Amino acid sequence: MKITEKEVRYIAGLANLSLSDDDIRRYAADMEQILEYVDKLNELDTSTVEPMVQVLSAAGGADTLREDALGASYAADKALQSAPLSGAGHFKVPRVIER
Amino acid sequence: MDNYRELTIDSIREGLKNKRFSARELAQEGLRTARAENASSGVFLSFCEEKALRDAGAVDRKLAVGEEVGALAGVPTAVKDVIMTEGLKTTCASRMLENYVASYSATAVKAIEAAGAVIVGKTNCDEFAMGSSNENSAFYPVRNPAAPDRVPGGSSGGSAAAVAAGHTPIALGSDTGGSIRQPASFCGTVGVMPTYGRVSRFGLVAFASSLDHIGPFSRTVKDSATLLGAIAGRDPNDSTSAAVPAPDYAAALQADVAGLRVGVPKEYFAEGLQAEVGAKIEAGIEKLQSLGCEIVAVSLPHTEYAVAGYYLICTAEASSNLARYDGARYSRRSERSETLADMYRNSRAEGFGAEVTRRIILGTYVLSAGYYDAYYRKAQQVRALIARDFASAFEKVDAIVGPVSPFPAFKIGEKAGDPLQMYLADIYTITASLAGIAGMSVPCGKSSEGLPIGMQILTNHFREQTMFNLGHSFEQAGGFCG
Repeated sequence: MKITEKEVRYIAGLANLSLSDDDIRRYAADMEQILEYVDKLNELDTSTVEPMVQVLSAAGGADTLREDALGASYAADKALQSAPLSGAGHFKVPRVIER
Repeated sequence: MDNYRELTIDSIREGLKNKRFSARELAQEGLRTARAENASSGVFLSFCEEKALRDAGAVDRKLAVGEEVGALAGVPTAVKDVIMTEGLKTTCASRMLENYVASYSATAVKAIEAAGAVIVGKTNCDEFAMGSSNENSAFYPVRNPAAPDRVPGGSSGGSAAAVAAGHTPIALGSDTGGSIRQPASFCGTVGVMPTYGRVSRFGLVAFASSLDHIGPFSRTVKDSATLLGAIAGRDPNDSTSAAVPAPDYAAALQADVAGLRVGVPKEYFAEGLQAEVGAKIEAGIEKLQSLGCEIVAVSLPHTEYAVAGYYLICTAEASSNLARYDGARYSRRSERSETLADMYRNSRAEGFGAEVTRRIILGTYVLSAGYYDAYYRKAQQVRALIARDFASAFEKVDAIVGPVSPFPAFKIGEKAGDPLQMYLADIYTITASLAGIAGMSVPCGKSSEGLPIGMQILTNHFREQTMFNLGHSFEQAGGFCG
């Protein structure tokens, strides 16, 4: 399976990562090697196998639903304590809408 | 304190009771040895002396007035830096969270603190727990205490090394595809991945949510049993924490394992396993047999597909979990943040290291339109087959025993250039991670070069007691020395 640099650039865009051309080339090569290996899964016929989306349903102990009750939550200053930029009780980000 | 590095939870309890030392002295000694060696060992990313002495002082005051203290009272403890500790830096060994101070503590951290444990520092690891050698730490690598030119394993390399070097008798780590068991094996400690859902993941910084576990490191099996007993149980803050009562593993520990059926999977002794490692594991199995265990050949036929399935599932989940690092709320923000889109793209590109970026890209790809069924769904189907392999094996046996890693600790830099080769080395640990069962690495001797080798004991969901009993009897019979 050939992974093109264009595809990696598109994926990096979806993942919000700005990558240099060198990085794009490197990750394209890595991806190609890994996906080629992963192709071995197609040796298995899984057409009748239910995907395992949950671990505990098979193991028991999955009965964990609770009441949707209001509980304690953080104060705004605590939620903001590690923000790179904040003010007036909010996270500050670059301007999104022009006045 | 001349025997600090040999202390266990029991000997600490005894020593505190007989006033041979105070909890404060223990914390000071742990901090002193760890600090003195950290420039060369790289084990810790941060220390919390003030908090440690305060918490130790609280234990001492309780003891002085004869108040009841918890199972971990005064025990110096190291915590992997992907686990939230309120008021302390929690960096995930990433530039992205270099200055992040946790705003709450993980449920497991609250549990060990309630039991009296004294956290002395946060341990180094692979960035966001992604790696098998600790070389992906954004700050500095950890050196293996048994051989300083070698890796300690990963991703919980710092926690394994802290215990192996004797800085703390116990530590918390996290295991997603082997990140507790493999470094335990490389460093010569006990390391436990409990059943998925046995320990709350609340406050464990998410990597792959269907595979992440918090678990113990220690020098003795009993100490891991005590530590797991303290952190296990249902937590309303984690909907995947199991509604299954947590027993007192240490109290129920017994060394009589005669009659237990121990499975040996032929797939774990095939091509790729280093001969010297294979020989030590075989000797370990013979030891279990001499203790009265019945050895049974079993087959886990889908083992060869585990690595491929795992790296699709874990990268897909990682790409989703790591989307939260946006440069706005708690992670670093790039200087180049003129627009919102620039802020996202540049903060993420500058904050994440190469392996994390690689996994986000792979995970985003396998979840993207047109590929989801071919990759992610396919991997979940293969995961079901692997879980089925274990389910049928556990109809015949009480436990499964094999190697943890195909080889002992390798040299720093030796495998760093080839991500796929690094992934393939996780083969023996990844299968149990996918099935969600319990696993433990116990030391079973050393290679001719003096490198520790670990033997893996796997048991079915919530059967940790059997795993601990086997490990404990193996230890009592001298199995740790090979």
